[in-house]
Amino acid sequence: MSAPLAQAAAPAAPVFELLDVEKVYQVTRPAGFLRRETRGLAALDGVRLRVPGGSSTALVGESGSGKSTLLRVLLGLTRPTNGQALYRGRPIAEARAAAASGFTRDVAMIYQDARGSLNPRMAVADLVAEPLRHFGLCTAAELPARVAELLARVGLPGDVAQRYPAALSGGQVRRVAIARALAAEPSVLVADEAVSGLDVSTQAQLLNLLADLKESMGLTLLFITHDLGVASYLCERIAIMYLGRIVEAGPTNAVLEAPAHPYTAALRAASPQFFAPIAEPLPGEIPSPVDLPPGCRFASRCPRAEADCQGTDPALTSLSPGRTAACLHPLATGA
Amino acid sequence: MTDTATVAPRARRRSTSMLRRRPFFTLGLAVALAFALAAIFAPYVAPYDPTFQDIEFMMTGPGAQHWLGTDSYGQDILSRIIFGARYALAIGLCSVAIGALGGLVIGLAAGLSDGLVEWLLMRLIDSILAMPSLIMAVAFIAILGQGVDKVIIAVGIAMIGPFARTVRADVMQVRVQLFVEAAGLMGVARLRIIWRHILPNVVYPLAVQVTIRISEAILVSSSLSFLGIGVTPPTPDWGLMIAEGRGFVSFAAWMSGMPGAALAILLIALSLVGDGIREEFDPKLRDGA
Ligand SMILES: Nc1ncnc2c1ncn2[C@@H]1O[C@H](COP(=O)(O)OP(=O)(O)O)[C@@H](O)[C@H]1O
Ligand code: SF4
Ligand SMILES: [Mg+2]
Repeated sequence: MSAPLAQAAAPAAPVFELLDVEKVYQVTRPAGFLRRETRGLAALDGVRLRVPGGSSTALVGESGSGKSTLLRVLLGLTRPTNGQALYRGRPIAEARAAAASGFTRDVAMIYQDARGSLNPRMAVADLVAEPLRHFGLCTAAELPARVAELLARVGLPGDVAQRYPAALSGGQVRRVAIARALAAEPSVLVADEAVSGLDVSTQAQLLNLLADLKESMGLTLLFITHDLGVASYLCERIAIMYLGRIVEAGPTNAVLEAPAHPYTAALRAASPQFFAPIAEPLPGEIPSPVDLPPGCRFASRCPRAEADCQGTDPALTSLSPGRTAACLHPLATGA
Repeated sequence: MTDTATVAPRARRRSTSMLRRRPFFTLGLAVALAFALAAIFAPYVAPYDPTFQDIEFMMTGPGAQHWLGTDSYGQDILSRIIFGARYALAIGLCSVAIGALGGLVIGLAAGLSDGLVEWLLMRLIDSILAMPSLIMAVAFIAILGQGVDKVIIAVGIAMIGPFARTVRADVMQVRVQLFVEAAGLMGVARLRIIWRHILPNVVYPLAVQVTIRISEAILVSSSLSFLGIGVTPPTPDWGLMIAEGRGFVSFAAWMSGMPGAALAILLIALSLVGDGIREEFDPKLRDGA
């Protein structure tokens, strides 16, 4: 490995990059009496994504659209069936294996299932202290104060430190997970619905905290959310996912003010108020991800569908600088 | 989802003592503790020396002199039962310790390895498991010979299989949990993940298994001595006592009946304790966890 070369490439390479990633799960399902068949389920179907350093990107879509799978591939937790995930220009598996890449220290993940991501046999204080100990970030004497500070930052009272996750509510567990993710002062934060299910004031507190970190430390954010308000508050860019594809991407406010893709427009219409989760389901029937229609996958629910939509699968194309959408008949964006 | 509402009921439930909430557990614990205390302080509690042969009172029924009667040598049955509790509990605890430790090592290795190593370990476990623990113990006694220490080893080895299998199942379940993946993402070394994240999550269920299996170990060791291949006479062992009284059952039923009752009461008490602990600490059996 030549260090100078890697150094030279570093500033240009985005933090994360997905190159035409596909992830097909083999699922078995009943096929008639006493028979089962194995079919491929494309959780990700040709996804390209660039997450430049210092950027903040929101990933939005109904559940089942492949958001969590995208994060898993991005972090090298799931191997894609096709395509490649890069971390600062290197294949993710290589980057995670090489201590010099700094991946383990720089990147923190907040799981959608916060409770599952915390060892039930460890007290909160140990859970939050684990990254500090692991990376040797403070001395044993400083630990309790540092843990208390992290807990206070996410709005947890100090006495939570001695409890175990089983004794905490869902909202408290979520905040412990966030405190733990922030403990090592990562430069990249990847969060899967980190604030959903929390009450509004807690959400606001955590969003302010993340916005501060973004401002003051140049945190790179990749944030999955159900909430368009959260997306627009926290993230400059947004990517809308539908059935394993990114169907629209661009600057958050521009996309939400004037959606180009009918699906984005439908999402926007389904959440008339910001800071409220999308009221699911949207009208119309979602095709099963194991038998997708030949044409546009949104055609069965699209108010703008025309004859050609049934036959042609639209690719993600550029509409105006910085904005892309996968639609044959996009809405006028005014740009 | 409110933050505090879900905490309060659990905290309250926890604060009432397990002893008060589970009367059967409490009863079982009291009986088992009584046996344990009698065993520890046997020389002070027992009215007679367990091997003292009272020629005047041979094969006497329960009465004022000998509360639970005497056997065909005139030995006091109550005293023999009290001293026998020492053997029962010592053999039970030591052999379960051997089984649990061996099971932990093999089960952990089988659960964490894959490919050929896992296959070999599983076949090893299967071959230990294929036979009931009593048959296994008989086979090991045949190799090792008789005596208390041999019984402990034989019963202990016979129990490695079941322990290994449950440990392996727990390991396989824990190793795919998100918190293990999260530790890997943070770059925690594999051995440390095993030590810090996997082991604690399999040791607790193992401890519960231990409490449940002590009674099985006692039963197997008593069966060995009943069959005449475990502990040798004149050791005051319950299995031996039951076997010795067998020939006199029609006219001196107490000779087998008293040690048999002692064995049954201890086994039931230990099962109640084991069940109580399992229900209390197994998150899968606990509501809302
Ligand atoms: N391990 C898996 N095996 C089979 N199917 C999976 C697996 N993980 C996810 N899927 C499927 O992939 C699709 C996308 O899932 P996911 O990425 O979790 O969506 P989201 O996070 O947007 O709700 C869903 O249809 C889901 O059923
Ligand atoms: S391609 Fe056709 S069906 Fe698909 S979103 Fe655009 S208009 Fe609707
Ligand atoms: Mg998800």
